Amino acid sequence: MGDSTSKKIVVTAEDRAAKQRLIEAEKTYGRGKGNSIKSARDKKLRGTLREQENRHKDAVLKAKDAEILLEHDAGFLEPEGELERTYKVRQDEIKDSVGLETAKKGFELRLTDAGPYRADYTRNGRNLLLAGRKGHVATMDWRDGKLGCELQLGETVRDARWLHNNQFFAVAQKKYVYIYDQNGVELHCLKKHLEPLFLEFLPYHFLLTSATMAGFIKYTDTSTGQLVNELPTRLGRPTALAQNSYNAIIHCGHQNGAVTLWSPNSQTPLVKALVHRGPVRSIAMDRQGRYMVSTGQDQKMNIWDIRMFKEVHSYSCYQPGASVSISDRNLVAVGWGTQVSVWRGLFEAAQADTAKVRSPYMAWGGDGQRIENLRWCPFEDVLGVGHDQGFASIIVPGAGEPNFDSLEANPYENVHQRQEAEVHSLLHKLKPDMISLDPNVIGKLDTIRDQQVREARDLDKKPEDPLEKLKNRGRGRNSALRNYLRKKGRTNVIDEKRLKAEALHKERMARNKDRIRQERQDLGPALARFAK
Amino acid sequence: MKIKALSRPTASQQAPGSSTVRQARNLDPSQHPFERAREYTRALNAVKMERMFAAPFLGQMGDGHVDGVYTMAKDPGSLERFASGSGDGVVKVWDLTTREEVWNTQGHENIIKGLCWTQERKLLSCASDKTIKLWDPYNSTPEAPPLASYLGSSAFTGLSQHRSIPSFAASSSVISIYDLSRPSSTPSQTLHWPTSVDTITSIAFNQTETSILASTAIDRSIIMYDLRTSSPVQKLVLNLASNAIAWNPMEAFNFAVANEDHNAYIFDMRKMDRALNVLKDHVAAVMDVEFSPTGEDLVTASYDRTVRLWKRNRGHSRDIYHTKRMQRVFSAKFTPDNKYVLSGSDDGNVRLWRANASDRSGIQSARQRTKLEYDQALIKRYGHMPEIRRIKRQRHLPKPIKKAGEIKREELGAIKRREENVRKHTAKANLKGRKSEREKMILAREQ
Repeated sequence: MGDSTSKKIVVTAEDRAAKQRLIEAEKTYGRGKGNSIKSARDKKLRGTLREQENRHKDAVLKAKDAEILLEHDAGFLEPEGELERTYKVRQDEIKDSVGLETAKKGFELRLTDAGPYRADYTRNGRNLLLAGRKGHVATMDWRDGKLGCELQLGETVRDARWLHNNQFFAVAQKKYVYIYDQNGVELHCLKKHLEPLFLEFLPYHFLLTSATMAGFIKYTDTSTGQLVNELPTRLGRPTALAQNSYNAIIHCGHQNGAVTLWSPNSQTPLVKALVHRGPVRSIAMDRQGRYMVSTGQDQKMNIWDIRMFKEVHSYSCYQPGASVSISDRNLVAVGWGTQVSVWRGLFEAAQADTAKVRSPYMAWGGDGQRIENLRWCPFEDVLGVGHDQGFASIIVPGAGEPNFDSLEANPYENVHQRQEAEVHSLLHKLKPDMISLDPNVIGKLDTIRDQQVREARDLDKKPEDPLEKLKNRGRGRNSALRNYLRKKGRTNVIDEKRLKAEALHKERMARNKDRIRQERQDLGPALARFAK
Repeated sequence: MKIKALSRPTASQQAPGSSTVRQARNLDPSQHPFERAREYTRALNAVKMERMFAAPFLGQMGDGHVDGVYTMAKDPGSLERFASGSGDGVVKVWDLTTREEVWNTQGHENIIKGLCWTQERKLLSCASDKTIKLWDPYNSTPEAPPLASYLGSSAFTGLSQHRSIPSFAASSSVISIYDLSRPSSTPSQTLHWPTSVDTITSIAFNQTETSILASTAIDRSIIMYDLRTSSPVQKLVLNLASNAIAWNPMEAFNFAVANEDHNAYIFDMRKMDRALNVLKDHVAAVMDVEFSPTGEDLVTASYDRTVRLWKRNRGHSRDIYHTKRMQRVFSAKFTPDNKYVLSGSDDGNVRLWRANASDRSGIQSARQRTKLEYDQALIKRYGHMPEIRRIKRQRHLPKPIKKAGEIKREELGAIKRREENVRKHTAKANLKGRKSEREKMILAREQ
């Protein structure tokens, strides 16, 4: 017995701690399940796989260790007593308790002439684009309060978007989409985007997407100017448009309460989901592409899991939510009527399968300004609210991602860095046909086709027996074998296959007969007639 | 109420008065969407760049020879000297850095078949005029007579120097071992397979197991000899004759042979019943084969006017080199620094190529180097993707070679189809198992 105990592998506390550390690191930095090394039959392949897995493990641990270099912490708003509520906190209270520099980020612009306004921030959150319905378009460096350009277009403006950096922006005007540069000079008129309602820009693919009045979704490559594809939704005038930044799929909301998912590679929607009992008003997806929040005319705010296409929670609003937006740290802002509510922890509750979150995290508004559009400023605790009286920038602690990656989007970039980033992003521009529901499908092995090729190549493969198919398929009275024997035509041809089939049929009949006789015997003379 | 909102002072990103900007990184995957697709795009760009920069041909050595170059030998003690022998009996020694001729002599009256450097950095040459001559290219003028000459009874075909003792082997119809330390002109021992009489085409001493000697002969045999017992050890007969033999410098028991059947084969000396690898791509007889100094790569010269480079463990070549003017290639060598490849062809030129077509030998900055390494890693990672594989494999081929390859493929397909048809109509009792491609060319083995 002593022998067997000494052979046991000793798991020390250190090993356990190391394993725990790896599990922790995998949670954030892991890339799914690893390859199983043992299942590989080839010795060399096993070696390569093991090496790969070790390298991956190493990378994950190092990424976890590098967290020590992250220098900023996220903001927060915490009640100190039982009776305090975070949604009761007003903007002036927040401004009083944060630093002067941060307090300056909350401001309001009164623009009563050309409202309601829509707003958009650049990807690094430095520049703001404002577009008033009646034709007023302005850009600004909002932290410095510097106006970039101001345009009075004199026609209806329905939406406006920044393109890949702060040098260009697209405006959906009455008839066409126009592209302007940072000085407000009109560069292009996209006549193919007729009567656009909403705009989206996919930064990694350089695709400008618009939903048009006629119900088309159109993709234009802004680096080449080519129209990539136009997709008919066939559901009338779209009511909402949003992109899933995780996989570049476009979600489009419709009058009948459906949300359709589009990629430029398919003329039909990838997914069609009935989300509301009334027109969809607004859609937003979280950064990791797991949840969709939508508001509809039916006064609901629904949270959908877009991996399973299942509604997880549904909230009732007092008024239909006009706009919804999700921040980097998963705060959900909903604008309904004149109010804005910010919700926190909706996705955590959905993930943990617990009850709904009862009360919002923050609230703003109620001053008679009808909310048109909400945008979170990336990397800042700031929510931009476009309404019919102008624009308000409000501070929402805990909304923004505190630590940015300057190779991805840099809020502090200088001109040289911006130019460098532009060149790099153009060099690594993704092709439109890479867009799919699973963004990691690229580089995966096509195992199904491989199997087929292997089978075709195998010369010693046994030929498939056609009778084998006939034999075990029949479940009811009308078996495949009977069907074959009954088949008209070629009845005079007696070949091996037919002979075999007939023999098989005969055998089956005999067996059946035996079974019935046996059953009759078992049931006795009175019940024998029920034997089947 | 505890309230804290994000604030990043600009000074934390760029110190006041300085022009250096901090690069903040955050490795959280949610900040880096489409990582797979972006990496793939980078790999695609990398493989395109690699093909764009592929310029394998560097130039020729001096003015070359008047007649074809049939043999070459590297000086094992130097990185820049090597010798070439041509069909008119001229031996030339070249300098790799200047690509100029440093020494030459009209050594023989006939075609030079073998060249080899001794440990004292003297040059041995043998020719079909039945003589072997010893030269001193480092210290003598081109007009000086040879230091020694050895006369044989028949034309010599190959030379190889022993790694540690001052003796060399020369092949004709037998293998004669000469001792350099003795003045005598007669061989100290002779080796041959008891039953074979045909001419031996090439020989090579193993440089690690120093007493092992391998030879190929026109009777299609590959024979191993052991100098300690001064006897042949084993013999392998292939379907067609082999033209050259080379030992792997890192795995001393492995050797490669260049065969007449358009293929090169790598064998393990200890287990010769099947080849370790078959290198298939040439469309004419392979005339010469050599391992790179790292033992990872091979170079072959072929009668189809091309030079091909191979990975040791891959069946198809990783690159093909050709020029409009290069004729039948009879000899190819790696330079000792593993960076370049030399080829000697029928047109009398000795050409210098890069071992990796897209390599550049200038000084690289650390950034440039890491970029290249990263690109290589990406190409390796996504090498299985159809587009990347296609770009990586795409080579422009001369029309005759492309055509010959197509015809060859068709013919081999027809043979295979015929064999399968025969199998299909053979009774199961008489059906033999299929022969592996690595055993097919082996005709017989003798111990």
